[in-house]
Amino acid sequence: MKQALPILAVLAVLLAAIAVANPFFLEPAGFLAFLKRAAPLVILAAGQYFVIVSGEFDLSVGSLVTAEVVIAARLIDGDESATWPVLALLLVIGLFVGLVNGVVTTKLRVPSFIVTLGMLLVLSGAVFLWTGGAPRGALSESFRTFGRGGIGPLPWSVLILLAVGAAVIVLMRADFGKTLIATGDNERAAALSGVRVDRARIVAFMLSGLAAAVAAILLGGFAGVSAQAGQGLEFSAITAVVLGGVVLGGGRGSVPAAMAGAFTLEALFTLLNLYGISGALEFTVQGVIIIAAVAAGAIRLPRKFTPRRGDAHAAS
Amino acid sequence: MNLLVRVRRPAPRGEAKGGLAARLREPTQVVFLALLGLIAVGWALVSLHGDQFLTMESVVGIQQRSAALGIVAIGQTLAILAGSLDLSVAYLISLASLVAAETMAGQDGNIVPAVAATLAVCALVGLVNGLVITRLHVHAFIATLGVALIIKGIVDHLYDGPAGKVPESFQLLGYSRIGPIPVSAMLWAGVAVVAWFLLSRTRLGYRIHAVGGNVEVARLSGIRTGRVIVITHVLCSVCAGIAGLLLAGRLGAGAPTVGTDGGYDLESIAAVVLGGTALAGGKGGVAGTVGGVLLLAVLDTIFNQLEVNSFAKDVVRGVVIVTAVAVYARRGTRRSV
Amino acid sequence: MQRHKAAAAAFAALVLAGCTTDKPAATTQPAAPAASAQESGTEAQDSGTGAQSKFFVQADFDAQLAMRSQTPEGPADKPWEQAIAPKMIDTATYKKEGPYHLCFSNAAVNNPWRQVGWKTMQAEVGLHKEIGKFTALDAEGKDDKQISDIAELQVKGCDALIVSPNTTATLTPAVTAACGEVPVIVFDRGVETDCPVTFIKPIGGYAFGADAAEFLVEKVPAGGKVLALRILPGVDVLETRWSAAKVVFDRSGLQVVGVEFTDGDAAKTKSIVSDYIQRHGKIDGVWMDSGATAVAAIEAFEDAGVPVPPINGEDQQDFLQKWKDSNLTAVAPTYPTYQWRTPIIAALKILKGEEVPETWNLPQPKVTSENLSTYLKPNMPPLHYALCGCEDLPGFPEAWGGKKG
Repeated sequence: MKQALPILAVLAVLLAAIAVANPFFLEPAGFLAFLKRAAPLVILAAGQYFVIVSGEFDLSVGSLVTAEVVIAARLIDGDESATWPVLALLLVIGLFVGLVNGVVTTKLRVPSFIVTLGMLLVLSGAVFLWTGGAPRGALSESFRTFGRGGIGPLPWSVLILLAVGAAVIVLMRADFGKTLIATGDNERAAALSGVRVDRARIVAFMLSGLAAAVAAILLGGFAGVSAQAGQGLEFSAITAVVLGGVVLGGGRGSVPAAMAGAFTLEALFTLLNLYGISGALEFTVQGVIIIAAVAAGAIRLPRKFTPRRGDAHAAS
Repeated sequence: MNLLVRVRRPAPRGEAKGGLAARLREPTQVVFLALLGLIAVGWALVSLHGDQFLTMESVVGIQQRSAALGIVAIGQTLAILAGSLDLSVAYLISLASLVAAETMAGQDGNIVPAVAATLAVCALVGLVNGLVITRLHVHAFIATLGVALIIKGIVDHLYDGPAGKVPESFQLLGYSRIGPIPVSAMLWAGVAVVAWFLLSRTRLGYRIHAVGGNVEVARLSGIRTGRVIVITHVLCSVCAGIAGLLLAGRLGAGAPTVGTDGGYDLESIAAVVLGGTALAGGKGGVAGTVGGVLLLAVLDTIFNQLEVNSFAKDVVRGVVIVTAVAVYARRGTRRSV
Repeated sequence: MQRHKAAAAAFAALVLAGCTTDKPAATTQPAAPAASAQESGTEAQDSGTGAQSKFFVQADFDAQLAMRSQTPEGPADKPWEQAIAPKMIDTATYKKEGPYHLCFSNAAVNNPWRQVGWKTMQAEVGLHKEIGKFTALDAEGKDDKQISDIAELQVKGCDALIVSPNTTATLTPAVTAACGEVPVIVFDRGVETDCPVTFIKPIGGYAFGADAAEFLVEKVPAGGKVLALRILPGVDVLETRWSAAKVVFDRSGLQVVGVEFTDGDAAKTKSIVSDYIQRHGKIDGVWMDSGATAVAAIEAFEDAGVPVPPINGEDQQDFLQKWKDSNLTAVAPTYPTYQWRTPIIAALKILKGEEVPETWNLPQPKVTSENLSTYLKPNMPPLHYALCGCEDLPGFPEAWGGKKG
């Protein structure tokens, strides 16, 4: 948890600033609305965390989200009874895309940046080739409930987010987590000490694909069918993870920090919107903050906290 | 001429000295062979379709279409060879086209100051990229993505459409040709030759390879690694600036979306790796990149001739890029991240 | 050394072989729109609409608003063949025998509007036996590629060239060059030269924006709070929509509480509208510059448990369906996709030597609650555009992604 402290401090400041501008934010309904909005990005960031901490990238998640929403709309086509089979299929597709990414990266030894860039092109091309250029069909009401509805005041997406959060924390505390960090930290050393490096990475990609599927279910549910549901999400997810202090190149950073990074990014968007920063300059502010945050992390973290193995590696 | 280069190439490329069989194992040769193969396949397909493939116009078209990407990809090659990468080039190209067209304001007399101003702005952006990466220890991916966002915000804030005016004389840069060779392609060739010279004949080139190969070893052998990375980023941004000038000449104005519409950021990286340069740095070169860009351009021309749907194009492009890199990886011994 | 000399000689030979430029001769460009823009709506600066866009041209605005009430000429059941106040020009010089080879340089097919239009155009081509060949190149939204595409098409033996420009100013030189070779037909966006034989467009963005804004002024009580949602700044066709709405709102008693950019993203739209409902308690009207995210905006009201105020969308299937199902107070101005049929018809008229309008202003109907049922076709995909004029074309509805039934 210690690694999450700096980003949690930043998050707290941002949330306080939002509350000052919009007191409604402090009420349960306002805060839940924020959590609901942030849920897809936080889940994507958790998935991206696994890939990044193992030393890789996943650039395909954005187009995977779009593809999943478009596939769901075409297959469900407004038919309530198709909801559950399609939901299951979406999760399988997510896992499968991750499997392909992982296998090509590890077994064919293609850098993941290129593999997932290729996957991005293939997914966005293939899905629209299949639907003839624009989404078809419609999502069912029960599909949309996950992103739109809730139990009483509690949105489903917040509950799903909590479940995902708990699951990933458990996963990182288990042997798999240690294996994954060892893989990202020093591949060769890990392999020599008996870690099945390739398998750990493939599982990481599959988890990222699964996270994209869940995010797609929430986003499609929240906002309906759209041809650009996942646009730009890959960069947002990577940015969120890095904001959380997770080091590109692998081996360092915690999953709660990555998820806090996603919350911070979402809070930043909300805040910029609230304070009415001109639509365009928002990007400039975002760029400056991202660089500043990562730079601050890179300079201070190694000194502030007890050095861990991998620090020297990461500082280079 | 080619042989000469090989022998003088800096150390990391030892395997290149062998005979023909050995040379065929090199990505650069693979990419040019693939290019020839693609041209043959394209010729067959287009003939079956009842068209002529390599007409004068399509040859000119291939060059016009690839010149801007080619120049950006050369710059990107330098950054990637040094173990870095630059995601800010697309927005920088837009910015460069605007700076150029606004400064020219339709006056012939303003061309020189405009070119100077554009390249200066780009060099400055490259300097910022490089310093953020080396001094602030921000990963190149995030540093250049952040700088890209900063430029995007500024451009979108200041401009809401094409602006400035490029005088007729400067537009010749985008349209003139000598026989079948457009001036833009000659500019591209010029940039490529300079970069090739830099990489293979100068000490800086050796250092770029060394830093990309292994930063620690390079540092221990007395190379100021930070400085090398900053220089490659400045050069990469200057290349983006040249591409911006070329596009301004072609469009007759500066356009705030010309760089992103062209997808020059990811596409230039794809062209570089398609040309056999390792994404991790240290291995590869300019010749491969030129081949990679031409490969993408010929692919595009075939799609154009056959009127392939743009979604199918994306699928094929994605598969081609991954397959190519997988083939190179088979040939190499160590895996690169 | 030998090689260098040989190379130099070859180079010199090449230079001698012919220095060519494919660049068109200088054209006189009309004054930039900004120069003729006038201050407008100065009387009501505090209506919350901000400064007027530099794209705003008063004369065009007046002309478009006037066109809305004019009766178009041509067959009433085929609006894509109608023209408003046409000034016919003679095309006898282009007359030739068929079969014809038509070429089309398309800006992109990267959004549902262009998809519907492109399918409609292809179906229209299928109707005419005199078209021997139809060559189309997709520029994928890249100006530079479209310039190359236009150059490439000029030498493919096209009898007529249809261009849907990606941007206005930057495609002008390429279109000018093509005009010297073949008759050129431009549609959707214009270019800054009058060299094309005809320019086809619906009435335009000012009429769109004003139609929507006037509806809100009529339906929302005075002093009501209106939220304006735009996709992006800086896109000419969208700027005109908003600048017309601004003029209308400035004259009205409505209060524009916010002008926000949605990037055309449904999730972002829904979030923005939710925020405004939260912050202002009540939003009395929503103005949108395009309908793609209208349903997301409506859902934000539903999810907040408040009634949906008067709103405008576009002729997109999902919006029309929602409108009917929820019985909304709504209007849908359109930018009809049937305009993709007209260039083919125009090209054939030109090649047959028949007169065409110099500027072909197509009617631009709006969907209202009275005529909603005539436009809403069942079983079409959610992002289909109702004014495709494609119902009578072969392959309907399957080719447009719909289902028979």
